[in-house]
Amino acid sequence: MMSDLSLSAAAQPRPLQHLSHLDLLEAEAIAILRETAAEFANPVLMYSIGKDSQVLLHLARKAFFPAKLPFPLLHVDTGWKFREMYQFRDEVAAAHGLQLIVHRNQRAIDEGINPFDYSSQVYTHATKTQGLLQALSQHGFDAALGGARRDEERSRAKERVFSFRDAQGQWDPRRQRPELWDVYNGRVRTGESMRVFPMSNWTELDVWLYILREHIPVVPLYFAKPRPVVSRAGTWIMVDDERMRLRDGEQPESKLVRFRTLGCYPLSGAIESEAATVADLLNEMLTSRRSERAGRLIDFDEDGSMESKKREGYF
Amino acid sequence: MVAVISQQAPPAPPVAFSPAELLATHGDRELLRLVVVGSVDDGKSTLIGRLLYECDSLFDDQVAAAERASRGGALDFSLFTDGLLAEREQGITIDVAYRYFTTGRRKVIVADTPGHVQYTRNMATGASTADAAVILVDARQGVLQQTRRHAHIAGLLGIPYLAVAINKMDLVDYDRATFERLSAEVRELTSRLGFAEVRCFPISATQGDWITKPSERAPWHDQTLLAWLEALPHQRRQELAPFRFAVQQVLRPTIDDRFLTGRIASGALRVGDRVTVLPSGRTTTVARIATLNGDLEEARAPLSVAVALAEDVDVSRGDVLAHASARPEVSAAVDASLVWLHETPLSLGHRYLVKCGPRTVPAYVERIHHRLDLETLREVDAESFDANDLGEVRLTATRSLVFDRYRDNRTTGAFVLIDPESNATVAAGMIREPFLGAGSHRAYSRVTAAARRERLGHRGVAVLLDGGLAADAAERVAALELALFERGVVVAQVAVDLDAAVALARAGVVALASATGVGRERARETLRAAGVPWIEADASEHSTELILSAAQEGASS
Ligand SMILES: Nc1nc2c(ncn2[C@@H]2O[C@H](COP(=O)(O)OP(=O)(O)O)[C@@H](O)[C@H]2O)c(=O)[nH]1
Repeated sequence: MMSDLSLSAAAQPRPLQHLSHLDLLEAEAIAILRETAAEFANPVLMYSIGKDSQVLLHLARKAFFPAKLPFPLLHVDTGWKFREMYQFRDEVAAAHGLQLIVHRNQRAIDEGINPFDYSSQVYTHATKTQGLLQALSQHGFDAALGGARRDEERSRAKERVFSFRDAQGQWDPRRQRPELWDVYNGRVRTGESMRVFPMSNWTELDVWLYILREHIPVVPLYFAKPRPVVSRAGTWIMVDDERMRLRDGEQPESKLVRFRTLGCYPLSGAIESEAATVADLLNEMLTSRRSERAGRLIDFDEDGSMESKKREGYF
Repeated sequence: MVAVISQQAPPAPPVAFSPAELLATHGDRELLRLVVVGSVDDGKSTLIGRLLYECDSLFDDQVAAAERASRGGALDFSLFTDGLLAEREQGITIDVAYRYFTTGRRKVIVADTPGHVQYTRNMATGASTADAAVILVDARQGVLQQTRRHAHIAGLLGIPYLAVAINKMDLVDYDRATFERLSAEVRELTSRLGFAEVRCFPISATQGDWITKPSERAPWHDQTLLAWLEALPHQRRQELAPFRFAVQQVLRPTIDDRFLTGRIASGALRVGDRVTVLPSGRTTTVARIATLNGDLEEARAPLSVAVALAEDVDVSRGDVLAHASARPEVSAAVDASLVWLHETPLSLGHRYLVKCGPRTVPAYVERIHHRLDLETLREVDAESFDANDLGEVRLTATRSLVFDRYRDNRTTGAFVLIDPESNATVAAGMIREPFLGAGSHRAYSRVTAAARRERLGHRGVAVLLDGGLAADAAERVAALELALFERGVVVAQVAVDLDAAVALARAGVVALASATGVGRERARETLRAAGVPWIEADASEHSTELILSAAQEGASS
């Protein structure tokens, strides 16, 4: 896995006569990253270890090259991520000499909030939403860069690139600012903050094509491998460690699976697949088109649940 | 607890495309930004939904959900873009939504824009970056005032290509005469709006005619909307325009290295090019264009790059690099079209911030030339602008702006206004002209104010003299001039010619100007707008010390 990380050597400069849509998406994202660094006193890059975070990190390294990243990475941890994710995170941070802040909502952990005994709303609210808000206010971050995209979910189609949050970290539709051309208004008062989404205009397909083109390493969980899983709600849940609570009669079986999105392992559904490389995966995506959130259990709770989470401060 | 993993190697998946093929096909599309405008019930959601569906840009589960919701009837394409209930409660359905689809050649970003008159700001938002616009017209209702308004705004925002989708043709029996009558009306109303191309399409969003597929129900037409979108010339205007690069940040990776980061707004840059930094006017040479993937010999719009200069000239965020031979405008006062975005009305003389590229400067609206009545499209007098109003103003900034006319460059000619009290984005602007008054006489000069000062021993100041009506006025001004001259000041009289006063002050001279009575407020404004050092003083020898100290003050104006 580590050998993949020396990506600058792998990616050759391309001739300039022709610019593809990936070049333009990259140029836009880099401009947004730089604008964030210039307009805010204390920005942070939200790093969730997934493919979008990896692409965002890659874009940030490009944006500030040849200087170092002018801001730290923040991982809001729940304690329930896949083991391979933690390992990958630490390797990436070490390889690029990044400043990584890991925050856990200690209160939620002390209260014993876990993905088995609590509904996914309660669990997500406590570990992710509250965890994120705690981390932002503890460190006084005034801008949080995230890898979210508008194509991910219906309620995100109207999200701004610079998404304003009030002093409580809440998203208020009426205070969102019009965004014309590529002129962004990054002014906030003390306590208020901005979520910034440089990859707003990317689609899932763009993300994978860019990963392929730039040789960006991603957590191996995205690729098919025989993994111990149990079947739940029409999807495969991986038994990643001994904390997994099996229901009566459940017996882990080995299936050739991969993950479209990565989160907490007890809540992340895998799909059966044989795609073992980025190219396989793209080929598979181009033939079968299931939206990536189809495997994410939290979105199924209620209609519009994603939207209310966003209003509370979840990404 | 963990299951036994089978050690059997997985069967190799059938690879349809190699990595190189994937990048050459799916990874190499042109980007087309499209704005689709329609008022409620024109069929905008259905049209966009169909484009997404027929271009295979939806996921299977999204399609399955829409099929379920259509309850066995014909698939309701509008469901793909429907807003959520919660959105409606919160009043954000009126916001621009962004959708994505791909064609064989292009990735299309659709700004899905509600078109009611009270949502003009949304249309301006969606239109600001668009290469092409699709305006919906209901075939039964024909070309309405709103169609004129949509076309007008699309033209104002500088969109080169316009498609008018005459929708619901099924409800007029695909009548060719109806379509041709409406097409003629469209041509008539768009003829003076500056589009490079306007095309009408007889479509039915629900039936699917002439959207992605030809239709036998209207065999007299010859091109689908999709084919038109595919065939549009890929926008090269920004690449061919003169080189512009606004500095976002100055990076200092080491003590000796300095890189200017930014996005090339237009044109191209090569290593070795002579470039001028605006507004200072210092000229230097491009030493490196650096990227993480290796140095470049050449870069062009709209890439984001990091540039190292050969000489260590002063550069900061908001400065603009241009080739010495094709410079942008530099002026503190501009005439501009404005779209008012905020509920709080425009207040003349209120201190706003103008953000033009990365440059943010305090500014105020000096006067409103007119407002555009969106019903009649006539220019009317106005004291203020309310949300969704559109018109022309004179904007005066406290420092120079560096820009091009919007019609020449949609990136460097655009700005937003921010109210520093609320931090809200209150207006969007498009620069028409630098203001042709005192402020615009500034020529490009490589002689800096500091160099002039060094030569002359003081800086230039425009002095606005009072007491010009007194009988001995001329004599008193002459005495003051002489007193200053004898103290070593390079001084001249300009009588009431303020333009001359500004020019002389810029040249480093102390210029004595008279302004009496009613002309006084205007004179102040002119000098303020021109951005030269200026003071007011009595027309008498007693003012000598005051003027001397003004000429001696601070190293820069
Ligand atoms: N007969 C007919 N009805 C249409 C057509 N396009 C849209 N409609 C109907 O017009 C109504 C409004 O359509 P919708 O797409 O929701 O319009 P929007 O408000 O502009 O997004 C719906 O009932 C559609 O089914 C068309 O081409 N023919």
